[in-house]
Amino acid sequence: MSQQETHQGKLPGAALLGRALHRIGMRGRGLVIAIPVLWLFLFFLVPFLVVAKISLSEAAIARPPYLPLWNWDDGFLNITLNFGNYLFLFDDPLYLSAYVESVKIAAVSTVITLLVGYPMAYLIARSAPDTRNILLMLVILPFWTSFLLRVYAWIGFLKGNGIINNILMKIGLIDEPLVMLQTDFAVYIGIVYTYLPFMILPLFANLVKLDQSYLEASADLGARPITTFFTVTLPLSASGIIAGCMLVFIPAVGEFVIPALLGGPDTLMIGRVLWNEFFSNRDWPIASAVAIVMLVVLVIPIMLLRKAQAAEAGAK
Amino acid sequence: MGQQSRFLKIVALLGFVFLYAPIVSLVIFSFNESKLVTVWGGFSTKWYAELFRDPQILEAAWVSIKIALISATIAVVIGTVGSFVLIRFKKFRSKGLLSMMITAPLVMPEVIIGLSLLLLFVAMQGVIGWPGGRGMMTIIIAHSTFGAAYAAVVIQSRLVDMDLSIEEAAQDLGAKPVRVFFDVTLPVIAPALLSGWLLVFTLSLDDLVIASFVSGPGASTLPMVVFSKVRLGVSPDVNALATIIIGIVSLGIIAAALQISRSKKHGAER
Repeated sequence: MSQQETHQGKLPGAALLGRALHRIGMRGRGLVIAIPVLWLFLFFLVPFLVVAKISLSEAAIARPPYLPLWNWDDGFLNITLNFGNYLFLFDDPLYLSAYVESVKIAAVSTVITLLVGYPMAYLIARSAPDTRNILLMLVILPFWTSFLLRVYAWIGFLKGNGIINNILMKIGLIDEPLVMLQTDFAVYIGIVYTYLPFMILPLFANLVKLDQSYLEASADLGARPITTFFTVTLPLSASGIIAGCMLVFIPAVGEFVIPALLGGPDTLMIGRVLWNEFFSNRDWPIASAVAIVMLVVLVIPIMLLRKAQAAEAGAK
Repeated sequence: MGQQSRFLKIVALLGFVFLYAPIVSLVIFSFNESKLVTVWGGFSTKWYAELFRDPQILEAAWVSIKIALISATIAVVIGTVGSFVLIRFKKFRSKGLLSMMITAPLVMPEVIIGLSLLLLFVAMQGVIGWPGGRGMMTIIIAHSTFGAAYAAVVIQSRLVDMDLSIEEAAQDLGAKPVRVFFDVTLPVIAPALLSGWLLVFTLSLDDLVIASFVSGPGASTLPMVVFSKVRLGVSPDVNALATIIIGIVSLGIIAAALQISRSKKHGAER
């Protein structure tokens, strides 16, 4: 009797549970989507809005060191938008020249990285599969060891009594040590060195897909290897080149560690300016305005990168 | 053609020398007796002893390892779910937004990520009273966020390559989507999860800029301590630290390579 009761009681229970599960199942999809969307929305997108907001507020000696944008005063909502930070950025030649300098240093380093990286990527893509994997690993391995310590290693190389000067003086090429550390030259070396893997990997991914028969056809038609390279290989690897260049250029514009450790006091890069505004001057609104302008500068490179990456994905 | 390939080989060789010379020099001069990092003064391991006597470095290393362990785990969870949703789910409303948000941190300059997250934490503190001061917790959130982007790159490429028919077979046999994911998809993409986890772990251990922005007075990570030391000039105990890190990484990579070649052989035998 009691068994029957439980049995009877179970049926609607099971149906209810099933329906509830079904409902959760229907919502499960949304729930799963919500995890990454909410996290990234809150911790990646919203912060930019906060930066934009604070770039329009006024600096103050307070905690936090800026005045609120709006306040409620006797039934009046007062909104104070302070564009002074932006006007200040365009007024003071320091900031403008820091932006120009950053873009210049990043662009030159990107070109050098491409010139070094392309032959390496080409060779890796053309080698036998076993060698290829070893060479690829050799490219990736430095990326896994500390970036900060690898930049630090260059101080020992470039110093006045550093390794390069010691070698050059020992073989009698120079009498006086060359000044290399704390110059723009050292910053170029640092950027090329650190970002070389970012250039090689997308180039490799592109070149390894290159159809050999195009090259053979070009050779059969009598083109010399150098002509084939410039008329066939190079145009076909365009999206790989753009992707690699943007992956180097974009972070290099905002680079802080490399100019701070290898550059001189007059190497003004915008990442360093932002850092100093924030940590030394404690001027958060100016630092925010610097960040917003930097983002605007980077919009076009970022769009180029997305386009190149989409082209690469489409070619697969 | 022969001339061309010789030219390529020389350029590539120089490129690899360029990549490895600084690393080799770090290791060599960590065993230098002299305090001058660039003049050889005889073999010594005293800088290692000094490193392990430095309480500031040891404490910072421990803080960094804890942060990296937790951040890598959170990043892989977000990265996996994000990748799975983007690649396996048909259209949904926030798809474009998610795809943008999960790739953008890869190229965003670190100073911008650091500043923007710090300002968010300060603003949240003012509005809802959380996260209640800055330190390990805020660094973990920051590292998980940019780490998720890196993890997603690794996991997405594995998901794209994966044979869909296995998942379909499980579905045809009546498995619910959740079971298909945990019993079929997850084991297949597990190696990608592991390499994504390791990648985020090393990136977190290495990050100076973002951690400096979002950290509070209580928490100094290893890169922060190293940076303040290095700013004052070269010091051999930093070389010793670098050598230890390089040693661990090389061992890990060699182990992974052996594992891969063994599983390949295994696959070939079958």
